[in-house]
Amino acid sequence: MAPAVPRSGDAIFANVERVNAELFTLTYGAIVRQLLTDLEEVEEVNKQLDQMGYNIGIRLIDEFLAKSNVTRCVDFRETAEVIAKVGFKMFLGVTASVTNWDTEGTCCSLILEDNPLVDFVELPDTCQGLYYCNILSGVVRGALEMVSMKTEVTWVRDMLRGDDAFELQVKLLKQIPEEYPYKDDE
Amino acid sequence: MAREVSESCMDSLLTEIVSSYCNRFYANKPELAARRIEAIGYQVGHQLTERYTIERPRFSDHLEAIKFICKDFWFELFKKQIDNLKTNHRGTFVLQDNKFRWLSRMSGDSSVEISSAAQDSSTMSDNKFAQATSMHLYFPCGIIRGALSTLGIPCAVSADISNHPACNILCVFHELMRRLVCDSDKGVAVSLHEFKWTKRYS
Repeated sequence: MAPAVPRSGDAIFANVERVNAELFTLTYGAIVRQLLTDLEEVEEVNKQLDQMGYNIGIRLIDEFLAKSNVTRCVDFRETAEVIAKVGFKMFLGVTASVTNWDTEGTCCSLILEDNPLVDFVELPDTCQGLYYCNILSGVVRGALEMVSMKTEVTWVRDMLRGDDAFELQVKLLKQIPEEYPYKDDE
Repeated sequence: MAREVSESCMDSLLTEIVSSYCNRFYANKPELAARRIEAIGYQVGHQLTERYTIERPRFSDHLEAIKFICKDFWFELFKKQIDNLKTNHRGTFVLQDNKFRWLSRMSGDSSVEISSAAQDSSTMSDNKFAQATSMHLYFPCGIIRGALSTLGIPCAVSADISNHPACNILCVFHELMRRLVCDSDKGVAVSLHEFKWTKRYS
């Protein structure tokens, strides 16, 4: 019997090794602070946070696939649901909701009302152009790229900029057909 | 219950700090990269200590403060205490964690081990391992230095993982360093070895 696709990451989150979220949140905050000091330009910090996220995403997808037992998603709609309900829960312990689908089903929004990255965070006036959580968009983009989906991930709403939630727009640019460089001997 | 995230989140961040600073921002300047990584840890240690000591009375002496680091502080971070604390009673402490979480799943590069197998394989791979992991030690050292400074104890912190996965963290308080500088005919390293170590708790 094939394992059922989990609809929530609760059980997985309960079973993984976990750490104090304060440590994680403050570490991320300290990284952003240090990047702002070292790179000076807010734009460059956004870019580097996204790059760090991408590097994390391309590794984290392995752990996600190994622990979540998800099978191949039939379409991008299912992919988005799995990221929101299983992926976010399994790593950050929070769930996102998926809305704002376009008619083709290739673009949607992930909405996070609770985001452990921003506990204790307030942006000073000098950092107004900063996308503080840009690491998250990088993680999603990197992880999806490893499962053959080229995406563009951008922030639409940001609570640190005064919005009422975090909204991450995920746009599917193209699906790269899987290539089999190896011969199947069976 | 206190909020938690998956341990992979923390591990991923740590790996990424080291690789960003060492391979991208300061690719040819390992000392600068190390200083930045240490600074990130310092900030974290400072902020965590402020939070964890809010409801505590002031520590009566240095030993009380360092015991707090070994017990409560370490427990918040790693869900375990420091396994062994030693001191020479003159301002130097050695904290030993027998299975340091942030390094316990690290391994030497297997390709390096294979290529050097013909030579003295054990020392070669140990060297490579030490090089690869040393950058990962600046963050935890920064955390401890940040924590102790917040408790009013400026110090120098270094770490040694020659007994991987155990990690020895050496904290030298600044008062001691001043004393050692006055004692000009001996280097710091030499003097430290002459101290008699006693175990404070296990």
